Amino acid sequence: MPNKTFFWFFLPTGLAMILFIGLPIISTGIQSFYAQHDQIVKEVKKCDPFGCTVSIVVDQEATSILRDEKPLGKFNGFGTYIDRNHLAIEQISDFWKETDSFGEFINQVTNLPFYKALLFTLTYCLFVTPNVLLLGFIIALSLNAISRKIRGPLIFGTILPMIVTPLVGSLVLFWMIDAEGIIGANLQLMMEDPYLSLKSSRTLTWITIIIYGIWHHSPFAFVVFYAALQTVPQEPVEAAIIDGASRYQRIRHIVLPHIYPVVTFVALISLMDNFRVFEPIIGFSAEGSAQSLSWLIYDNLVNEEVILFGSAAATSMMTIVGIAILLAPVLIRTWKEFRTAR
Amino acid sequence: MRKILLTLLFVLFGTTAYADGHCSKPSGSINILANDFPALRTFVETAKGCKGSADFKVTHSSEHNKIAVPALTANPSEFSARIAANSSIVPLMNQDLIRPMDDLVKKYGKGIQDSQLITIDGKVMAVAFMANTQHLYYREDVLKELGIPVPKTYEEVVAASEKIRASGKMQHPYAAAYKAGWNLAEEFVNMFIGHGGEFFKAGTAEPNINNAKGVATLNMLKKLASLSNPDYLTHDSEAIKVEWESGKVALMTLWASRSGTLLDDEGDAKITAATKLTGPATVGGGSIPAATLWWDGFTLAKNRSDSDAEATFIALAHAASNKKMVADAADQAVWLVEGFVPGPKSIGVIEAVKMGAKPYPMLPQMGLMHGALGSEIVEFLQGKESAEQALKDVEAAYISKAKEQGFL
Repeated sequence: MPNKTFFWFFLPTGLAMILFIGLPIISTGIQSFYAQHDQIVKEVKKCDPFGCTVSIVVDQEATSILRDEKPLGKFNGFGTYIDRNHLAIEQISDFWKETDSFGEFINQVTNLPFYKALLFTLTYCLFVTPNVLLLGFIIALSLNAISRKIRGPLIFGTILPMIVTPLVGSLVLFWMIDAEGIIGANLQLMMEDPYLSLKSSRTLTWITIIIYGIWHHSPFAFVVFYAALQTVPQEPVEAAIIDGASRYQRIRHIVLPHIYPVVTFVALISLMDNFRVFEPIIGFSAEGSAQSLSWLIYDNLVNEEVILFGSAAATSMMTIVGIAILLAPVLIRTWKEFRTAR
Repeated sequence: MRKILLTLLFVLFGTTAYADGHCSKPSGSINILANDFPALRTFVETAKGCKGSADFKVTHSSEHNKIAVPALTANPSEFSARIAANSSIVPLMNQDLIRPMDDLVKKYGKGIQDSQLITIDGKVMAVAFMANTQHLYYREDVLKELGIPVPKTYEEVVAASEKIRASGKMQHPYAAAYKAGWNLAEEFVNMFIGHGGEFFKAGTAEPNINNAKGVATLNMLKKLASLSNPDYLTHDSEAIKVEWESGKVALMTLWASRSGTLLDDEGDAKITAATKLTGPATVGGGSIPAATLWWDGFTLAKNRSDSDAEATFIALAHAASNKKMVADAADQAVWLVEGFVPGPKSIGVIEAVKMGAKPYPMLPQMGLMHGALGSEIVEFLQGKESAEQALKDVEAAYISKAKEQGFL
């Protein structure tokens, strides 16, 4: 396609992307550099059905003057980024000086909200992505090998986890693993431990969410791999059979190289999705044991009675940077391949 | 058919004629945002009875806190009124989203008692209509069988729960809404106030919880948690209500406003009959209960036309002074409206008031403290860190947030 045609072809999409993705990101970025104005409070008398007290309120007149002057708030630079609830530069350097062993230092650091969330998010990505790829590929291969007659219903059954809304899927599992639920109660019986709870232990909660993640994301990998498998040319496969290649050898040397670009694609999408893990934490009410970066943003925006726009914006920007870093190796590789191909 | 229609019409008009309270037939547009529990539904339904020619809409949602500020910030705002409580009125005040209603009270608020008015700096900002608190519920049959007296303190609750567990009758005899986040933080607030704690250093927004009272509070919460269902960190009020109704719990701390659903005809009649209410417990030898008093009342949005505000006030004031409503729904809530005769389901709140319970602190920075508590004390309950470390974390998390918000 000539560049000019491509340009006109891409223009509407590009404009929509700038409008709905680019500008909001820029606005979020600007927001993250601002904090609220200093609150001017005054002492007043408050009366309610339980009596009167002298208490403080925000002085609206004084505050509105400040707000009208600078509606964005007080410029804070990278202040929000480096405070204790985000990168916590100061706290980490203190820990480094105070702690005696490296293990203790790591303990202290992962106790900070941002690093706690980052640790879970990365663990989730690290376990879910490869397993999704592997499981999706195995299912695609198996389904591709069985009789066409029963393939349709089987495919439908396999993609069910993807059709079920994530929140509903996690809620169903949530009630099943409750200490009074079918899985939870049976586990207690089997382990002969009435205090066993999948939800109160941090490790078990993480394992549950990771297994749920694999269950939910595998169908996507499966669908893409299955489609790719249909394009594998039959001649080299038949030639390999005649040459006496085993099934493993055929997959390793013919099928995999053929669908390799698709594997990269699924890995990319899967990584991006998993880095933004959010719904299962809400669905499993796992806030106590597992927090992700997306959950931190949500927490700043809705869980507090005071909305922390600056905090949420800073975490959002760092999530974008995080995804970029994670994807960098794959993107660089694709770019190199693209250049050599030309 | 005609007869039926006629009767229906008669009934409809009959009820409007019968309803008392003052209704000046407003016009305009009324849209209310409220939490979702039976008493509030009754209240809003009653207000609807006085909608006149106005367009009447209501949103009942347990996620009301998340919608309120954005919805009222818009100009004109989505809602003309918001049913708020001590804590949820604070963000509305901080952002200047609600209007004073002194004129309206003077003009249309005849039946409203002075004690219902929430005044801040001399201006009426809300009109309260019901009171709420968290208090103890107990299973009379279980306690009697084991010869346990009704607990008055949390120390006695622990002893009683241990005895029930030892008897083998119940594995996890205690329940409270310990779900990580708002609920857990609320339990901390109650227990800390019971220990006589103050959240902030006098006259400042500096945190003041990392002390002996804070440690005692956390230790008591942990003791109670060890006597609860092991999934306690995921259980909110609704979940423990279900636990109670399945007969697996004998002692529980729960909102007074939920007593109606516990004592209704649904569920096991034996459990319902043995469910008894008592005041909130004290803790650590203190005399004030480890509980906070709450009011629910209505506020009017600032970013909405005066005529809509007037219409909304007329309808809501009609409900907030409605003797028939409080007589009919006497067991749904502790109404602050004139003419309310407290029934057996109001014992919890009345006891709490008698014992001198404190209201939930209505301070501009309290929401940030509540949020920090909800996430930072979890690891202590899981046994992953010491009480001192947890309290240090709460203070540090709070300070960062308070700095960003300009309170420090």
